Parts: sequence; C-alpha cells; structure tokens
Amino acid sequence: MSLEREKLVLIGNGMAGVGTLEQILKLGGAYDITVIGSEPHPNYNRIMLSYVLEGSKTIEDIILNDLGWYADNHITLHTGTTAVRIDEASRQIVTDNGLNIPFDKIIIATGSNSFILPIPGNTKEGVVGFRDIADCDAMLAAAKQYRTAAVIGGGLLGLEAAKGLVGLGMDVTVVHLLEDLMERQLDHTASSMLKAELERQGVKFAMGKQTVELVGEERVSGLRFSDDTVLPAEFVVMAVGIKPNVQLAKDSGITVNRGIVVDDFMQTSMKNVYSVGECTEHRGVCYGLVAPLFEQGMVLAKHLCGAATQPYEGSVVATKLKISGVDVFSAGEFTETAEHTVISSKDEWKRTYKKILLKNNVIVGAVLFGDITDSAALQKLVKQGAEMTDEIYADVMGGSGCCGGGAKKGVSVAAMADEEIVCGCNGVTKKAIVDAVTENGFTTVDEIKACTGATRSCGGCKPMVEQILQYVLGDSFQESAKQGICSCTTLSRDEIVAEIQAKGLRTTKEVMHVLDWKQPEGCSKCRPAVNYYLGMLYPDTHEDEKESRFVNERMSANIQKDGTFTVVPRMYGGVTTPEDLKRIADVSIKYDVKVVKVTGGQRLDLIGVKKEDVPKVWEELDMPSGYAYAKSLRTVKTCVGSQFCRFGTQDSMGMGALLERKYERLDFPAKFKMAVNGCPRNCAESCTKDIGIVGNDGGWEVFIGGNGGIKPRIADSFCKVKTDEELVEVCSAVMQYYRETGNYLERTSEWVERLGLEQIKSAILDNADNRKELAARIDFALAQVSDPWQKMLKDDKTRTALYERTTV
Amino acid sequence: MMETVNNEFVIGQVQDFLPQIGRVVLAGNVELAVFRTSDGSIYAVENRNPHPKGGPLAEGIVSGKYLYDPLYDWKIDLRTGEVQAPDQGRVAAYPVTLNGDSVSVSLNGTAVHS
Repeated sequence: MSLEREKLVLIGNGMAGVGTLEQILKLGGAYDITVIGSEPHPNYNRIMLSYVLEGSKTIEDIILNDLGWYADNHITLHTGTTAVRIDEASRQIVTDNGLNIPFDKIIIATGSNSFILPIPGNTKEGVVGFRDIADCDAMLAAAKQYRTAAVIGGGLLGLEAAKGLVGLGMDVTVVHLLEDLMERQLDHTASSMLKAELERQGVKFAMGKQTVELVGEERVSGLRFSDDTVLPAEFVVMAVGIKPNVQLAKDSGITVNRGIVVDDFMQTSMKNVYSVGECTEHRGVCYGLVAPLFEQGMVLAKHLCGAATQPYEGSVVATKLKISGVDVFSAGEFTETAEHTVISSKDEWKRTYKKILLKNNVIVGAVLFGDITDSAALQKLVKQGAEMTDEIYADVMGGSGCCGGGAKKGVSVAAMADEEIVCGCNGVTKKAIVDAVTENGFTTVDEIKACTGATRSCGGCKPMVEQILQYVLGDSFQESAKQGICSCTTLSRDEIVAEIQAKGLRTTKEVMHVLDWKQPEGCSKCRPAVNYYLGMLYPDTHEDEKESRFVNERMSANIQKDGTFTVVPRMYGGVTTPEDLKRIADVSIKYDVKVVKVTGGQRLDLIGVKKEDVPKVWEELDMPSGYAYAKSLRTVKTCVGSQFCRFGTQDSMGMGALLERKYERLDFPAKFKMAVNGCPRNCAESCTKDIGIVGNDGGWEVFIGGNGGIKPRIADSFCKVKTDEELVEVCSAVMQYYRETGNYLERTSEWVERLGLEQIKSAILDNADNRKELAARIDFALAQVSDPWQKMLKDDKTRTALYERTTV
Repeated sequence: MMETVNNEFVIGQVQDFLPQIGRVVLAGNVELAVFRTSDGSIYAVENRNPHPKGGPLAEGIVSGKYLYDPLYDWKIDLRTGEVQAPDQGRVAAYPVTLNGDSVSVSLNGTAVHS
C-alpha cells in the first residue's frame, strides 16, 4: 500500500502564499500541493507594480514564479478560479467554477482589496484601485486617452500611483484627507519635504480635502469635496487603503475581525486551516507591507514541515517609497512624544533629514529623507531594540566627512552574526550571501540576487547586500562594480562614444590604445561595436575595418555550421518577377544549392553555397545584396495593398519597396526589420517590427520597437502622419536617432524600453528642427553606401584572400 | 610554382595574407587556416574548429595572438592551438617560417596534435 502524501491547498496565488510554499519546498515538506488563484497570472511581485507603471519594468519582469516553476515542483495551479467556501465536514474546497478540491491542510493567503470609498459615483467608469495587474493596465490605458487624473489618498500606494501617472504624461492631483502625506509612516518634517520634492516632480496636491462624491455621467468627470468645491478629473485612482479579503473565511465560519484571526503559528479557528499575509490579523494587527508577510510565511512553513520554530511575535514595520529620485524610509515609531529622546538633523540645502527616536535609550524608530544609506543599519537596530551607544551614534549620525565613512560601515557588516537575516522577504542570511560571493566569485548584486534571492522582492535590503559585497570583495569592489561594454574595458558605450568625439579617434586600434583597453586589440564583442560607433560618427571618412567585422558581415553572407554559406538577394518589398525567379532557379541548380528556403521576410534564401562559389553566385544572380547577414535593414515586409486588394487603402507594396531602396545598406546597432500594411487588417504584421507602418484612409500610422524574436514585444504606436513625405521623414528620424543612441547589438525593442517612448517622441515629434536634422544626417550617411557584392567582385585581391582556397 | 621539400610547404608571400584576416590553404592533405597578426607574424592552424560541432576557423576575429572562432566564439591561442578557459580543447598548430617575404609551413610531425 502506497503512502499517500497529505494534500495541501493554497488559496491565493500571491507573494505571501507562494513565498510560504517556497519555504516549504526548501524545507523538503512532503505535500501534494494545489494552488487556487483568482487572477489569471502566475505569482508576480505586487510591490513592483509601481515600476511597471513608471515604465522601468514590464509585467514579464515582475513575474516571480512562472508557470514552469509550478510544473517543476509538481504543483497543480488553478488560475482565474476563486474559492468560495471551505467545507470542513467533507474536507473540500468549493470554487466559483464548480470545482470541489479535497484537502488535508489549507493556507489562506487571499490578500486584500483596495478600499473603495463608500461615496456616490464610486462605480463610475474611470474609477480604479491600485492593487493588481488589471488596475495597472487600466492606468496605462487611461494615460493614453485622458489628461487629468486624481489620486485619492496620500499614502505610499497613492503617491507611487500619482508619480507613475505623471510619468505617463497626465496632469495629476493627489487628494488627501489630512495635512501630512504618508502620515502613518512619516513625521511632519519628512512629510513636508516629501511633498515639496514631489511638487518639483510635477505632482499637484489638494490637502485636507474630503471627497464626498464622484461626479460625471457614465464616466467620472470630477471630485466634489465636503467644502463643495470640485476638482475636474477624467480618471480617479482610489488609494485610501486596503481591506483584508476575508469573504471566504467568513463564509466558511472561521473567526474574523478586521482580518482572519490567527495564533502565533498562523493557525485559524478552523482545524488544519492556516492564514498568512494581508488577509491575516495577528495579535490585533493586519500588516499591509511585504516583510511581515514573509516572516509569517517562514514560521508557518517550518510549522507545517515539523521543523522547530519560534512563534511569530509580530513584525517591526519599515517602509520605503518606490519612486525614483525620492528616497524616504521609516521604521518603528516615528512620531515623538514626551517619553522619547529625539536625535535629529535636517539639511535644507541638500534636502536631507534624519531622525532617530529613543525610549529609555533603546532605539525604537527612525525616519530618513533624501539620503537613505543608513536605512539597512537603522532597520536592524530598531528590530533588535538596540541600546544607543557612542559607537552606534558615530556610525549613524557622526562624521559624514571624508575619512572612514565606508570603513565604519564595513565594521558594522563585519560585526553581523552569520545567521542574521539580511533579506527579510526571502529569508536570506548574511552567511548565505557571503558564501555565494566567495564560492562563485560574484561581483554584482544582480548575481547575488539570481543565486540567493536576496533583494528580489522589495529591494529594501539592497544597501545592506551591497555593503556585504563590498566587505567580502574589499578593494576590488569599486573596480568590479563598474561594468564596461566587455571585459576589455570599464567604459560604457556612452563614455566610449564621447571619448571618440572629444579626442577625434579614428580607428578601433586608436580607440583601444588611447582608452587603455586591457586587451590591446579588443575581443569579438568590442571590436565590432567600436567599428560600428566609428562608422556612425564619421559616415564619410571612417574606413570600415573588415577585420573588425563578425564573419557574416565580413563575408556578406551567413556562415552555416559546416562552413558553407547562404546567399539572399534583395526582393524589394517582397516582390519579385518571373525572370528573377528563373535566374535564381538556374543559379541554384548550377551551384548545387542544398535548400531554397522562403524566409520570414518574404524572400528566398539559397542555403549551402560553398565558400569559393559565393562570389560566383552573386555574379550570376546579378542582384543586389539582401543584407540577410548584417546589422542593417533586412526586409520591408508588405501586404498586397491598394494595387490589388479590395480592402487596401494605401499602396503598401509601393511604399515598402521605396523604403527598402532608401534605407538599405546602412549599418545599424542591430538588425532592423520593417513592415508596411495597406490597411488596419495588418496582414504584414507591423506589431513585431522595428518600424511597422499601417495605412489608413487618411494617411499612415507608425509603430516602433516591435520584436518577434527572443523576447517578443508589441510595437508602440508612435505617431500618425498624413503624407508619404511625412512618413519618410519620421522613419528617417527614428532610424537615425536609434543609430546615434543605440548600444551595439541592442534591438529597438530594448532601446525603446531603455530610453522610454516619451523621450523618443519628444526628440522627434515635438521638435521639428531636430527631426529634420536627424533626417538630413541619415541622408548624408546613406549617400556613402554601395552594394558590397559588386564591390567585392571588383576587388580581386580581397576576394581571392577571403573566399578562395590556395592549394600547394 | 609551389614546391614541397620534406613536408615543408611554401604557402605564399606575406602580402597574400591580409592583416588579421584568415586565409584557407590546402597543404598536402591538411587544410590550414593561416593568419597574419598585426605585428606581421604568420600563424597556421588546422582549419578545423575544436568545438564538438566542428566547422572552420579561418573566418574568426583575430586579436593579438588570439583567434575568436567564427561559429562559437571560443578563444584560441594561435601560437599553440590551445583553447582558452572557460572552454577546453586544442587545434593542431604548425610552425611557420619566413624567408624574406616567402612563407612556409612545416607539417613534419612537429605539429601539436590534439
């Protein structure tokens, strides 16, 4: 008889619950695990939604456990499924879509919902919370369509939402009931400094205002306050707080106050049913921040695996605002009373503020604004309930002067116990980080993150992890912290380009010599890159270095694993003629081509041409090079368009061929693909191209930054134009801007993400002079290029050396 | 025009080999990839990629005395044929002598075989 594993069901597929499962798996817990989640996504990092809104991360970036993780750990996952009731008698969970899931043990981690103010108009269109991916999507969509937004609530979440919407180009007012922002985490001084800083960044505020109604028709158009004034807003985010999601527990007869009531081992009032996270109430407290949730999860995981554990006794809460350029931190108690001793310093010029509260000489709280270098140390001190000493005082308050600031921090990291937890979110100890660094030779926080998980969730421990890294590496830290374009140099792309211009450097050799490359002639990564930058900067005078080109570009053909090559002739806009096809067929037969393949870019690829035959094939084809081997314009894919198609509104074949002829042969940072469509049916798939063009009745719409490759990305709508001339000018400007600012090998999909669509728009669409200059510069560069196959056929010496085999 | 003496092959003149660009030479029954480095020295290795998937070497990028192979980007010392860490392997390297501008390769058992 086989021993069946106990069935453990997690209700709620979020960070708290899945974090607990990860701990259980780590501890080797022998459970048959099922997960039920209401959202259609795998577990993602909810804390990082602010970054998604800000545009610095994508949804994909913030997925913590992809579907493969569930499969690898033999976890059954039901997404888009909501548990409605736990039937204790039959030991089954009933779901909204009719499943009955049997259990032996349950973890409830249903989290919380946005608290929606109970005021008239709160169900109007255009009113959202800020809790999940769906809310985030709604905000991104609103920013495209509307201009004015109001965020109700001046707390952590509200401010992050407001800053995100400002970044998306909206006019945003934060409406707050009280006079101080983040009053639950900051004192009055820090709060005022925060407000001033955010105002500088474009956020508006309506303080001391109570919203009593959302006005408008079907869609919201404004907020009415208790003083009867009205603030116009086409989009409203409610960020007044969260409400533990306790419906399931309540309906199943489990004891609920504000949250689901648990004991010190996270046990609810129902046997075998546990609860962690924001839905949980422990000793009268519901937590809304991530660190406590993971601490609860650790205790529960150990308890469920039968490992010894201390009971959970509550958490010291620390907060960090995730808005770039605004550093705020608080931990423990932050509002002084008569019984506190206060240490504080405020620098109005540098806009920094630091306050530490002592109670009977014990450090009980801290607030930092502007400079949060000491946040990790202070959080630890508050958590430990450390007594203030001269050493600690000197460490956190003293000598921000020249000597030994770093050394002192080194001492405090050195003094940490090995078993002390550095990353509270993922339970990573100091020892685990030190071991990871010494065993694997890591030099960056990212490597530590990938290996141990530290800094992966909220990122609050990053300063501490950096200090540990610095402590382990000693003097080599600084050097390794700066990453160059390859291991030959510590310089970045921008620094190299600036130096080339400033010093007038002309060859890769000169660049590498003057800029002190570690390997004097560079490597296979930097030589092609520097050669590209030189050609981009000096289109007329740079002598292209064949020896600095990757094989395919040097040979103007693609090498295959057996050393044969492929030949792809141009077919402008994917259009050919019977005569050309006949010639391709004849040449293919004559030179015994192994395969003739129709490519994804609408042309033909002759595969398996012997190296010495390559120039002969070119000569007999007598067609221009298709540049299938190059970091350059590959093809312009087209649909049939208005010449023949009954739906066509624009001549896509004609425009495609025109664009392909205009921009062919020029070097780009990476390969470049385009498409032109005659109507919005988009048969030539503009959304996955570097530039995608869609014709409509009155003109063209341009999309940029699409990619269908390794990391697919749907192109962003860039602009609409009326005439063909405008279209060409916009394409020219986008391409040249990419040529001038792109990193070598960086596709436009990554480039758009790195620069931000707004920056590209403002450089090209909002600035007509700049657009015309960019277009003029690409025209100048285009005037210098010629067909490489013809050139090679005329250069006997190079051709013989490159393609022919000498027999002796 | 080419002559063979004791498995010594004259494979051409220095200027036949473009700086930092490999050239394929069939000497006897061995296919060589021959490179002229930027200091004017000439090196010859068997034109066979030491990577398990094979392929040629002549089309790689030359930096100093090293070659980055054209298919898998392995770094190979042209003087010894030794593949550099973290990859492992070796390609046969043959001694080259310059007599004025004349370049010859010796395939006499002195080759470093894998």
